[in-house]
Amino acid sequence: MTSESLEQIAERRQAARKALRCRISVCSGLGCESVGGEAVLRKIRERMKEEGVAEESEVYPTCCRGLCQRGPIVEVEWIEREERRRHLYLDVDAEKADRIARSHAREGGPPADLPSHAEDPFFTKQTRIVLANAGEIDPEDIESCIAGGAYSALQKVLTEMKPGEVIHEITASGLRGRGGGGYPTGLKWSTVAKEQGAKKFVVCNGDEGDPGAFMDRSVLEGDPHEVLEGMAIAAYAVGAEQGYVYVRAEYPLAIKRLRAAIKQAERLNLLGSHIFDTGFNFRVDVRTGAGAFVCGEETALIASIEGNRGAPRPRPPYPATSGLWGHPTLINNVETLANVPAILQNGSAWFASIGTAKSKGTKVFALAGQIRNTGLIEVPMGITLREIIYDIGGGIPEGRRFKAAQTGGPSGGCIPAQFLDLPVDYESLQQVGTIMGSGGLIVMDESSCMVDVAKFFVEFCREESCGKCIPCRTGTVQIHSILDRITRGKGELEDLDRLAELADLLRNTSLCGLGQTVPNPVVSTVRYFREEYMAHVVERRCPAGVCPMPGTARAAAPAQASGVSP
Amino acid sequence: MTVEQATATAPKGGDKRMKMLDTAMRRQQFQADALLEVLHAAQELYGFLSPEVLLHIGRSLKVPPSRVYGVATFYNHFSLKPKGEHTCTVCMGTACYVKGGGEILDAVRKEFALSKGETTTRDGKLSVVVARCLGACGIAPALVFDQEMVGGLTPQTAVARARRWTP
Repeated sequence: MTSESLEQIAERRQAARKALRCRISVCSGLGCESVGGEAVLRKIRERMKEEGVAEESEVYPTCCRGLCQRGPIVEVEWIEREERRRHLYLDVDAEKADRIARSHAREGGPPADLPSHAEDPFFTKQTRIVLANAGEIDPEDIESCIAGGAYSALQKVLTEMKPGEVIHEITASGLRGRGGGGYPTGLKWSTVAKEQGAKKFVVCNGDEGDPGAFMDRSVLEGDPHEVLEGMAIAAYAVGAEQGYVYVRAEYPLAIKRLRAAIKQAERLNLLGSHIFDTGFNFRVDVRTGAGAFVCGEETALIASIEGNRGAPRPRPPYPATSGLWGHPTLINNVETLANVPAILQNGSAWFASIGTAKSKGTKVFALAGQIRNTGLIEVPMGITLREIIYDIGGGIPEGRRFKAAQTGGPSGGCIPAQFLDLPVDYESLQQVGTIMGSGGLIVMDESSCMVDVAKFFVEFCREESCGKCIPCRTGTVQIHSILDRITRGKGELEDLDRLAELADLLRNTSLCGLGQTVPNPVVSTVRYFREEYMAHVVERRCPAGVCPMPGTARAAAPAQASGVSP
Repeated sequence: MTVEQATATAPKGGDKRMKMLDTAMRRQQFQADALLEVLHAAQELYGFLSPEVLLHIGRSLKVPPSRVYGVATFYNHFSLKPKGEHTCTVCMGTACYVKGGGEILDAVRKEFALSKGETTTRDGKLSVVVARCLGACGIAPALVFDQEMVGGLTPQTAVARARRWTP
């Protein structure tokens, strides 16, 4: 494929759009699909056909709009007096879909009784880089993605830049790993680039195992080409010709869309040999995980791609020097790679202008739990928790009070109400005893018991421990049994010291990140909700009414607010 | 079942599924490192991984049975036991958990009289399994009935849905 035809495709599709009466996008994210999104899409298509305007309109599925709670979500875009107008509909069912389609087909505008939600704070408070294409593109149609700008950054990189310059741009942008660790991406790339060796690999880590996180799923489902483009740019920068995307088996739709995207990109020679008529070759294969949380750890992930049990190994050597089959391997998270095309398209200075001094750009969060607007959001680094939870998230439902926010999944901790004004960036979160993590943000109100939550995470890690190193294998069992004892009203004061001792042991002696971070949920809940632990141990009472204490019925009267005094 | 017995009962040429499995392995050029992909293919074909199938895969990819077994049992996704006709997957990710996933699981298990450790009903109609997180946190608590994902359920509505299969 010559470079002209990428632009030709984009121009052709954009010109075709201008001639349309309207474009109607229906969210095809998992959340909307599960509440009848596909039926809505079908209904609108049918109605447009019946009205005889099927040719003058484009009705297409698009990537996750984020507000899963209010799905299915439909957006209509049309031109009125030379001006681009957009109207966003929430909670669309088949009947509403029919009315929306008819109104736009006949009157050329929305039904009077359905206001647009495009200006809701949920949408206006966000800054979108990774999720910028939501509503714009059809993820299963590569031409629609190209019209939205896909692969133009790759073209620029391959035809105008040297690998060293690409790495320089990424370094200057200040991009850090979005998988949780926050390691500077530019540094990782330059380490792999410096390695000698004929064969190198680029691996995209899509083993999003944290319970309560679904950012990578949404990105892979909603904009697979963005990730593939990011991988190709990374491969060019470090000198790799083969890439792997490792995706969880629990994400069948993401795997399907990714496979389709790779095929389409290969057909247009955007992946394969001599991409853009340069000497650069790059192929991508999908590898499916099989339900092992530990495979998110990079050495375990490598073992899994090689067809082995996903057990980690000691580092060094780091994968950057000895990874897949012993070759230098660059491993980046889905969201990290999805940021890459935008950085190279708009320049590192643009990216670095967003965020805080040390945390640049945006972060995608999966907002879930006891919060009004659950869904997927992308916010600039440095935004406060309060803005996320109250402005974007709409606050806690049913008049209950905020108790804690949990970030980082089983490796993270709980943030209590006193830190609501904390800026969300890598360093600030670390200071209060949690981590940025991959982006799961679970909001809990007073109906959640923090001891029970800690037990939940430790139980998860106990099940998911690969069993290779002893501190993690037996430590998780011990911590769990202590917490279990406390939640059954059989705990003793010394148990709190035992927990602290075990936490210290696991943190310092476990082989990989899984074992090292198991203590985080326990330590942070003991630190901020000590009264609640004391109520369990001393008074044999669960303030939230969750734990089955002897003498009290399970889920007794929902308790007082957090920080209950004994 | 011992290795000898399993070899003796290894499926012969007649079964179409075995041919499809061989095709899947050929596509991977019988590379040992494609073991996971091959196990996925086998589970999709048979619904579970029997000793015969595991041994057949081991022989074809030239991987010792111990490693095939090790890998198959390491990953939660692979099942060595046959599943029920229908599957009800209860998500127990954090978001679903704080929104009552645990109570739904208890209610469904109780309704179908599954004792501890059991996942499939006696009549083989229904399997109740737990998922670590389906990534459907936005619509928590989420369940999957066979292929269909449903969100926002309560113990009562979840039980009612599962009952449709086993009236």
